Amino acid sequence: MSTAVAGVLLLAVVAYAIFGGADFGAGFWDLISGGPERGERPRDAIEHSIGPVWEANHVWLIFIFVILWTSFPEAYASITLTLFVPLTIAALGIVLRGASFAFRKSVVGLRYRRIFGAAFAASSVLVPYCMGAIAGGIASGRVPAGGQPGDPVHSWINPTSVVAGVLAVAAVAYLAAVYLVWDARRLAASDMTDYFRRRAIVAGGIVGVIGLIGIFVLRADARYLFDGLVSRALALVILSVVCGFVALVLLVRHASRGARLLAIVAVASIILGWGVAQWPYVLPTNLTFSAAAAPTGTLAAVLVVVVLAALIVVPGFVLLFVLDQKGLLPEEGVDDEPAIDRPTAQ
Amino acid sequence: MIATVTALTAIVFVNPVPWARAQMAFTLGFHIILVPLGVSWAFMTLIANYRGIRHNDRDALVLAQRWSKFMAVTFAVGAVTGTVLTFEFGLLWPRFMGRWGEAFGVPFGFEGLFFFTEAIFIAIYIFGWRRLKPWAHFWTGVPIVLAGIFGSISVVAANAWMNAPAGFTLDSNGNVITVSPIQVIFNDSMPWQAAHMVVAAYLVGGFLIASVYAVGMLRGRRDRYHYLGFVIAFTVGAVAAPIQIGIGDGLARWVYQNQPVKFAAIELVPTTSSDVPETLLGHLNDDGTVTGGIPIPGLASWLSNPSTGKATVVKGLNSVPPDEEPTIRQTNIVHLCWDIMVGLGTLLFLLAVWYALSWIFRRRMPQTKWFLRAAAVAGPAAVITLEAGWVVTEVGRQPWIVYNLMKVEDAVTANTGVWITFFAIVILYALVGATTILVLRAMGRRFRRTEGFTDQDTPYGPSALAEEVSAGAGETVG
Repeated sequence: MSTAVAGVLLLAVVAYAIFGGADFGAGFWDLISGGPERGERPRDAIEHSIGPVWEANHVWLIFIFVILWTSFPEAYASITLTLFVPLTIAALGIVLRGASFAFRKSVVGLRYRRIFGAAFAASSVLVPYCMGAIAGGIASGRVPAGGQPGDPVHSWINPTSVVAGVLAVAAVAYLAAVYLVWDARRLAASDMTDYFRRRAIVAGGIVGVIGLIGIFVLRADARYLFDGLVSRALALVILSVVCGFVALVLLVRHASRGARLLAIVAVASIILGWGVAQWPYVLPTNLTFSAAAAPTGTLAAVLVVVVLAALIVVPGFVLLFVLDQKGLLPEEGVDDEPAIDRPTAQ
Repeated sequence: MIATVTALTAIVFVNPVPWARAQMAFTLGFHIILVPLGVSWAFMTLIANYRGIRHNDRDALVLAQRWSKFMAVTFAVGAVTGTVLTFEFGLLWPRFMGRWGEAFGVPFGFEGLFFFTEAIFIAIYIFGWRRLKPWAHFWTGVPIVLAGIFGSISVVAANAWMNAPAGFTLDSNGNVITVSPIQVIFNDSMPWQAAHMVVAAYLVGGFLIASVYAVGMLRGRRDRYHYLGFVIAFTVGAVAAPIQIGIGDGLARWVYQNQPVKFAAIELVPTTSSDVPETLLGHLNDDGTVTGGIPIPGLASWLSNPSTGKATVVKGLNSVPPDEEPTIRQTNIVHLCWDIMVGLGTLLFLLAVWYALSWIFRRRMPQTKWFLRAAAVAGPAAVITLEAGWVVTEVGRQPWIVYNLMKVEDAVTANTGVWITFFAIVILYALVGATTILVLRAMGRRFRRTEGFTDQDTPYGPSALAEEVSAGAGETVG
């Protein structure tokens, strides 16, 4: 049963990366889209794209924590004791990001929009970096078993964490750009289609390069994970590489719809690959999933929650996305009064 | 810089216990203010929405739409501050989570489910005003209300479990070996605490929102829009008030029977005795005597069990070993907060009675300015009542984190840098809190500036042309 719950945990991580990750990525493009004049169009596209869905996307993170602490409490205790610093930074970043995004939607003055926008965008980069660094610390075996603290510094400032952190930022930026191409096309904003298409291609290339560097870093720094990736998880790694490459080709050839799907598969399969590669350990190579597992009563309850989620949450989630994609959720906070900004924008 | 902070963290040894407690108290105390809005505001919005569609009431419809826009902000802040709590369980109390997570954590699985549902439908509802059909749109709001209620029941079930741990067996080392999720969720304290919190959410949400409109009416905004905003919200709070008193009484008796030390702190009872007075205010001294305050003879005994009246024996703080009772300071905090909760709760109830009598005999809400002034104060007062009640249940459980099974000092993180995160969190939350209020006020002002209603304010209608709107609104800004 612990295997099933571990699988659910991994799927929740994938969902968070694909849905929540894309939101963070959108924040990245917001950050580097330039001053208020030049960045206005892309920012509008970004806000339009993630406006209705961002809160739902981030509940995946809560699910990850809940599954971890109910089903593998020992691992949760070890992780939080060891990776105290990046987790705290991520938590603060999430507050800053969510609050400032909501505020930005609700205020009109350009000055305030800039402040909130900057806070939103900066934390959008900080949080995925921390998440990647945390994943790197866990995957490279730096978190001990037994609810004990590991090294508070080197557990997240180490080669694997740095690569994973940068990779996370690049990957979510790539995902977001691919989604935004699609959104811009849907809204018939052809200049934005091209804008994000170019950025998606660049980001995709960067992800590929970091991935290549990562192979060597993992080989030196996270041997168990590396061995897993080139054996048990090799099929998933190849799938990810192929999908990522084909997605790039499709982007170059203006086939954004196929590119979007392949980009999702590429990100999902590399995360699944990570999970398979470190199997059977929740904390390689210190603690296995089965050793950390809660009693069967708890695991059964978690699986019941998962089934209920499939019955209640998934249809709701699909409904939300369908309505959003069909443009039936147009309300955009103060965007009712778009012209109010203009007199103050100089 | 981060590395420097980390290095400092390692060098500066500061006992993490008080800082972890302070941080948890602060973040929960912040989050709990947003909870009533998340739980009950959607319900009030749906009342306005229903009225708007059913009676073709334009004011009610605009009210519902604007409320949903405010809700978008408070829900977002509530969502992120709630997410922080899921980090903090581990960051502050890793030993608690490591040992009890498998039991304590179960209700949160269901909470996650409900929160997810709430997040999805709140997005659909808030963003769906213009393009969804009126009744279809109305029904997308209903899951928000239900998910809010069941979500808060789930969270409170976890807190109730800390007061009445159940549904597990331990081996000889004290490790959890089996868990019965049903018994964990439906623990002994859960029905009372959950009911108390859900009704509190409606009470506080109702009075808090009504107070905003009361202030508006006092400033001369006596239009129908403000009237509706006030009446819908205040009625919800007023209906909740008497119910809450009944539930609170039942919960207090549950505490009397099951957590005698907490009850002793509430009633300021140092030694076990009968004929215990209900002491209003006053405080416990280091030598175990009670001074100050107004004792009402025998009332605490009588309230604890009316059938035995004054003869009812109330256990004192000294009924357990000294290391298992709250400190003198904690006891005084619990007692003071209890007095604040009961006192303000009673005043809110009396205000609700005034409102109800006016409706019964005059068929309208009280017209005097003094009523509006009282209603304006009732919002903040309701928030204070909520906070005080929460302090009673949390501080009253000390020194335990899991009642009679694990102490707070054994649950806390070994990390000595908690004091740094405490200050970081306080600064960040202060900024977020202040900004939330400023943004909500700015939104309210902007809504008012539109003077009456422009076309774009009409929900379910064709969207307005941007130029028309800007012509009207632009001059007030620029």
